[in-house]
Amino acid sequence: MAVSITQSLIDGLLMGGVYALAALGVSLIFGVMKITNFAHGALITVGMFVAYFMFAQLGVSPYVSLPITILVMFLLGYGIQKLTINPIITAPSHNQLLLTQGLSIVLENLLLVLFTANYKSISLPGFDKAIKFGALSINKPKLIAFGLVVLASLGVYLLLQKTDIGHAISATSVQREGATLMGIKVERINAIAFGIGVACAGVAGALLAPIQYISPTVGEGFQLKCFVIAVFGGLGNIWGAVVAGLIIGVVESVASLALGGSWSEMVIYLIFILVLLFKPTGLFGKKTR
Amino acid sequence: MLTVEDLYVNYGTLQIIQGVSMKIEDGEMISLVGSNGAGKTTLLKTISGLKKPESGKIIWDGEDITTLSPDKIVARGIVQVPEGRKLFPQMTVQENLELGSFLKEAKKKRKDTLEYVYEMLPDLQKKAKMPAGSLSGGQQQMVAIGRGMMACPKVLIFDEPSIGLSPLLTDIMFEIIRKIKDSGTTVMLVEQNVQNALRMADRGYVLEQGHIAMEGKASDLLENEELKKSYLGI
Ligand SMILES: Nc1ncnc2c1ncn2[C@@H]1O[C@H](COP(=O)(O)OP(=O)(O)OP(=O)(O)O)[C@@H](O)[C@H]1O
Ligand SMILES: [Mg+2]
Repeated sequence: MAVSITQSLIDGLLMGGVYALAALGVSLIFGVMKITNFAHGALITVGMFVAYFMFAQLGVSPYVSLPITILVMFLLGYGIQKLTINPIITAPSHNQLLLTQGLSIVLENLLLVLFTANYKSISLPGFDKAIKFGALSINKPKLIAFGLVVLASLGVYLLLQKTDIGHAISATSVQREGATLMGIKVERINAIAFGIGVACAGVAGALLAPIQYISPTVGEGFQLKCFVIAVFGGLGNIWGAVVAGLIIGVVESVASLALGGSWSEMVIYLIFILVLLFKPTGLFGKKTR
Repeated sequence: MLTVEDLYVNYGTLQIIQGVSMKIEDGEMISLVGSNGAGKTTLLKTISGLKKPESGKIIWDGEDITTLSPDKIVARGIVQVPEGRKLFPQMTVQENLELGSFLKEAKKKRKDTLEYVYEMLPDLQKKAKMPAGSLSGGQQQMVAIGRGMMACPKVLIFDEPSIGLSPLLTDIMFEIIRKIKDSGTTVMLVEQNVQNALRMADRGYVLEQGHIAMEGKASDLLENEELKKSYLGI
């Protein structure tokens, strides 16, 4: 029993890392633009397919092609923001919800047209064997995903904390007018932040690609999870999202061990409802303004 | 020289600025005074490009800048220390200052300007690593002024910098503004603190309900009976 709990804690933590990175993207986008991106799940899927495409066409593993995935997804996010989000940036939130939801449908269908609905998978020779520690076993692609997630989050951290663009992003998210008066082009910062958020989704997708099956609609399951995590961590609080992602990963895994797989999702949404009822500002409870 | 020509600005259907004309010579300091809701901030927002006017022009060094975006206006050297400071509270004092020099030309001189700002506002250097939001109101105002200086402004516009400050701090702050002027920067000071503002300025404008009610040499305005009665309570 102790072994299986430890095992499920490890599995949960590793998956939680991937959730954390994806949700960080949701939270960053919300923090800067006050828009909840309901296309985030679909963008995770796009990331999977970008990785899959390079694997299937060029034989490159998703880990090696990751820089290209990041670049492609950043540009995709930047473009999406400029073309579709920016025009509705001041619209009422239900319109924004419709737009990002619509975007999600468009992306899914685009993937269906390009790649068909057939399930795909990436199997990397040498990566399918688990690493054994006594009775514990650690899935290699999950371990690598976790390591790269840590690196990617660190990258986002450094970008936000140590660069002028990063400071401009933080400044814009808390004080739009003040930022504008410094000569910061808020529209451009919005597009960059959206690009970074989408790149996070893309990296999560690419790292999930060797872990699970790939299909155009597989992101739907992640969409709500990302949203729950981002709210749990406090919408806009990106480090809150990281912690919440790890927690949700572990909860999901332990709940699935204790109650069975189909219950684990239920537990997550139960937590979500409790959070909304008792701590709607999220784990770290910054007061909303 | 910065000139405002027959400017009209609306909020929705409400006419806030109704035919304002004014000019600021290089190296000059002017004060714009007026009571609550006269339209001072609206005028400044229009100069900075945050708000577009219905009609009229804003000309800087012969160039029509009325329709330029805010970043282009900052790049021209027209910089604002806004009402309510509008700092980035979770960022450190130094990060706030550095963002003042976000644009290319100012960024090149960032190190030197920062040194200069710290020299002028030594308290800020002691608080450099603290979140700007944790500072007292007076110190936050200094950060806002320092941040404006970091942009290497040709014209620095202050919107009610004395609001919420103690009399002592107000004096210190006006002294800093005077130093900025003496260093060759053109200054436009918007204030409700009429006496202080006019004492420092070369010329003054009085804004009433969206139009210029009086203008002239600051020393003359201070002697003006009408102004004394309505703004100085004498
Ligand atoms: N965003 C806005 N939307 C609608 N009306 C506004 C807005 N901002 C200001 N106003 C109105 O415009 C008028 C002028 O406001 P403004 O802020 O320019 O005055 P002010 O002279 O700066 O006053 P104060 O000394 O209080 O700062 C006021 O009647 C105000 O209600
Ligand atoms: Mg005002």
